[in-house]
Amino acid sequence: MHRSGRSATARAPVVIEARAVRKSFRVPHQRIDSLKERVLHPFTRAEYRELDALKDVSFDVHKGEFFGVVGRNGSGKSTLLKIMASIYAADSGRIRMAGRVAPFIELGVGFNPELTARENVALNGVMMGLSRREARTRLDAVLEFAELEEFVELKLKNYSSGMMVRLAFAVMVEADADVMLIDEVLAVGDAAFAQKCMDVFQAKRSAGKTIVLVTHDMATVQSLCDRAMLLHHGELLHDGDSEEAALRYYRLNFSGEGGHGAPADGGIPDVHARVVSASLEDESGVRVDNVEQGRAIGLDVVVEARRELERPVFGLHFLNAEGAVVFGFNVDPVDEDGRPVAAMGPGDRVRIGGRVQNPLLPGRYFVNCWVFRQRNQSGALQLIKLLDFVVYGTSPGPGLIDAQADVAARLEPSP
Amino acid sequence: MNGDGSAVELREVRGPSALGGGRRRALDLLLLIAVTEFKKTYFGTALGYLWSLARPLMLFGVLLAVFTQVFRIGDQVPNYPVLLLFNIVVFGFFQEATVTAVQSIVNQESVVRKTQFPRLVIPLAVVVTSLFNLALNLVVVFGFILAWGIDPAWSWLLFGVVLVLLFVLTTAVSMIVSSLYPRFRDTAIIWGVAATVLFYATPVLYPLEVVPDTMRSFISVNPLAPIFELARTSVIDPTAPGPVDAAGGWDGIIAPVAIYLATCALALWTFTREAPRIAEQL
Repeated sequence: MHRSGRSATARAPVVIEARAVRKSFRVPHQRIDSLKERVLHPFTRAEYRELDALKDVSFDVHKGEFFGVVGRNGSGKSTLLKIMASIYAADSGRIRMAGRVAPFIELGVGFNPELTARENVALNGVMMGLSRREARTRLDAVLEFAELEEFVELKLKNYSSGMMVRLAFAVMVEADADVMLIDEVLAVGDAAFAQKCMDVFQAKRSAGKTIVLVTHDMATVQSLCDRAMLLHHGELLHDGDSEEAALRYYRLNFSGEGGHGAPADGGIPDVHARVVSASLEDESGVRVDNVEQGRAIGLDVVVEARRELERPVFGLHFLNAEGAVVFGFNVDPVDEDGRPVAAMGPGDRVRIGGRVQNPLLPGRYFVNCWVFRQRNQSGALQLIKLLDFVVYGTSPGPGLIDAQADVAARLEPSP
Repeated sequence: MNGDGSAVELREVRGPSALGGGRRRALDLLLLIAVTEFKKTYFGTALGYLWSLARPLMLFGVLLAVFTQVFRIGDQVPNYPVLLLFNIVVFGFFQEATVTAVQSIVNQESVVRKTQFPRLVIPLAVVVTSLFNLALNLVVVFGFILAWGIDPAWSWLLFGVVLVLLFVLTTAVSMIVSSLYPRFRDTAIIWGVAATVLFYATPVLYPLEVVPDTMRSFISVNPLAPIFELARTSVIDPTAPGPVDAAGGWDGIIAPVAIYLATCALALWTFTREAPRIAEQL
């Protein structure tokens, strides 16, 4: 991996220190928000369900780190960001931060369509933590970055949405915070814009700024973040290597843990590729649902690209019921003439088929397919769940697999 | 990532509060928002400023006709027309600010939920915007006063005291209603009615001395009453009884002063209590 990882930043001073941060929301079964209801039912205490959004979360972020916060919907990651940004108050625990902190929960907070770009930049800049003078002096830089110099006196309501996003992003870039708390603002705009965002974040990090990014996009986490933490139902499951965080995130999504949603759909939309069909065959090529221990596994999978996939690689992982990868291998697609496929266009399909030697012990197994952009490069585009099957047999054996062993034990002649 | 060893000072994140983020920032935001809102009212419509003046003038015209032609209260009070106009404009400030403030925090929802924002700035900005309006309207009103034949006097400086007292009370009420509204959505309706009741229960249409004794003891409890009486003696009619005399001596002024102070204390208490949680209520 080309990333510096934990060791490089461990020596840098800590700029965010969170200790046992706890937050719960009281979710009323029936919301009482008028006086009449209060007066009519003065003794019925509103019934609340305590929803623990964060349970004793502790972590450190060092100066200059690009720190990812990942988790499924409702895992508490946005709540954590809002507590760091002083938007919500924590119930207990404490957070200490250094330097100027600016939250970017949404682009263009406080933008007013009736005002000109000039006035909005001043307003938005102050909201991002600049003083009025600083906001004014940065106006030119903001407009230049947004490439909107000619439209400075135009009211925002006459801006196109693309121009508005550019302006908002420019303010954020020029706000020059030491710690940037970013909540999926990347989701707006087109691919080119998303790329520009990434470049800017990289540049900020190189300039010694600290970035905390809350996201669902594991490709971003794997390619950009130095470290990442994984939250699940308000608990910190992982804090460290971002690759590992992404993997565990996928496992959460695909193992169906927590019982939310169909595991087959996971939390990841079929953005880059989708599975058209996937089936197992036995040794004689007959479609089966489950396989016998020791018998080769026949695979027949068709995957369709939904976007342009440059030099795609498909990584097949066999996971056991606990979610551990038992073994896996990569497949490079080739065309009819056996040449490597340079790119797949939207709608192009690839058939992955063949035999896999079966070392699996009896039990339940899953087959997942990672779609990579190129081999030996980080940045998995997507994880597709392909199969869910059972290996049946009578020799459970220790460990995870049946090893082909040629080992004998002979009695030594006594000396 | 050159991990410079310079000491980095960690500061506690205290969460949202009335003035969270520092006074300097609160002041910057307050001015920016107030000026922005003010510009919006005056440059947003074709006739701009005229509209905001038209409203008190229309009300003044109607009330003047009613109280001089129908009820004839105007005959008993010197300079009644200017007093009426003056009172309407000053009370208009209180009413406009507090009624607008009720929903102000909810209207600024995106800002409250998406940036670190000192909560107090929101209702305060509403009051300051209304203060700008009042200042503009007072220019016209003082023009009327001079044209009516009232000469400028040193006692006009006391009007500054009136403004300070009124500003503080308006802010206090705005803080209370704006922080209650996210939890009790009918605050808007209740306060709308209450503000109208206050309009009649304050010496706006009439001076306190023409009110029968039975009613006067009620009205003199209203903390706005001494403020308006003070405004009247200092600007319109130096011969009119001051706030103390109109209330029937120092005993009479204790109640409104106590209510005034209690309102301010209540405002501070409610607002600091609600401020950290407001974002979650929206």
